[in-house]
Amino acid sequence: MKPSAFEYASPATLEEAVSLLHAGNGNAKIISGGQSLMPMMAFRLAVPEFLVDLKHIPDLNIIRIADDGVHLGARVRWCDIAGDARLLTAHPLLAEAVTHVAHYQIRNRGTVGGSLAHADPSAEMPGVALTCDALLTIIGSSGTRIEKASAFFTGPLQTTLEADEILTELHLPAWPAARRWAFKEFARRKGDFAMAGVALFYDLDGNGRAENAHIGAIGVSDCPIRLGAAEAALNGNVVDDNTIAAVAAAARAEIDPPSDIHAPAAYRRALVGTLLARGLTQSAG
Amino acid sequence: MQIEFELNGATVGTSVEARTSLADCLRDNLGKTGTHLGCEHGVCGACTVLVNGEAVRACLMLAVQANGDKVVTVEGLSSDNLSPLQASFRKHHALQCGFCTPGFITTAHALLTAEPDADEERIRDVLSGNLCRCTGYVPIIEAVLDARKFYAVQKEKA
Repeated sequence: MKPSAFEYASPATLEEAVSLLHAGNGNAKIISGGQSLMPMMAFRLAVPEFLVDLKHIPDLNIIRIADDGVHLGARVRWCDIAGDARLLTAHPLLAEAVTHVAHYQIRNRGTVGGSLAHADPSAEMPGVALTCDALLTIIGSSGTRIEKASAFFTGPLQTTLEADEILTELHLPAWPAARRWAFKEFARRKGDFAMAGVALFYDLDGNGRAENAHIGAIGVSDCPIRLGAAEAALNGNVVDDNTIAAVAAAARAEIDPPSDIHAPAAYRRALVGTLLARGLTQSAG
Repeated sequence: MQIEFELNGATVGTSVEARTSLADCLRDNLGKTGTHLGCEHGVCGACTVLVNGEAVRACLMLAVQANGDKVVTVEGLSSDNLSPLQASFRKHHALQCGFCTPGFITTAHALLTAEPDADEERIRDVLSGNLCRCTGYVPIIEAVLDARKFYAVQKEKA
């Protein structure tokens, strides 16, 4: 339960941090809140030789709300999001999803960037980023790149981040005030990892029909996924009991969830349908 | 590595390996054994301490990350007498074996300092990150609810 030995540095600039990662030659890792990495190191699932702490790098802890949406610095913590009342209107789906992340003490340390880079298949933040077509700013030795969330997550705990790259910002596109949305997840104990969860939003056209449907699921695949068939079943329809049943059925049919000690596949499949139906009912109310 | 931080109001310095957790540093280097280590991977909450006033798990933070911070352990919450929260735990029989108690006390202290009007649902939500293997949760909730009045008075004074 003790991590293996490593060296540690807390550089003052991103450039310095990138060069330390680069020099680590694949054996250096970023630490910030450490709420995912520290357990990984305690179990020796992660055995880095060098840790680069983002603690002293300025401006990464800023929540910026602009015309083009919400910008979250990588070091923004769950308690920062929960404590920022502007987000209740600027991005209510984010604000709601974050209430499900972990427990009180972990929420005081855990960060947006850490959750995205860790890429747990049942974590909330990757699910929200994918569902909302988020853009990720990534800085590395070869410069800065902007990655779509849809391309970023490649597998369980796997992303396109290179060994010498640092995720610095998450950009969630602007949120129209009239948008309909819901976030639902189920865990045996609040704050624990979800057995499954859904994030959804859509807009209403002039005739009260759903358009621009975005539906994402967590805990049912190697990484967060979009539910394309469920979105197609929602688009163009009035959100009534028939539509909700059709969307839930489409979601159940298109997912292929895993079985594990927490829940068999059939349970997760049913759970996604149930959560989606509850979310859609709430969103339409 | 040489580090320095404020511990229970006094500046302390010590030398740690980079891999030393804040919890191990507090216990082994600085003798503050009130911080208990249960799971050592962020599940049980027994090692909760306050860093810059916020409740955090000391097993999920490196000691070197606390360099320059203000750390308060359960020893820092009272002097010769029990704090009102600790007295409330005793009054309500909110501890049995006592292993989890420092984590519950530090967590509840952080909560009530910031939110002295926290209701039972909020208290249950916050304390869900702490495990009591004696399963004495009901008296713990009662003790925290009963201690709110002291924190409300303190907040008013401040």
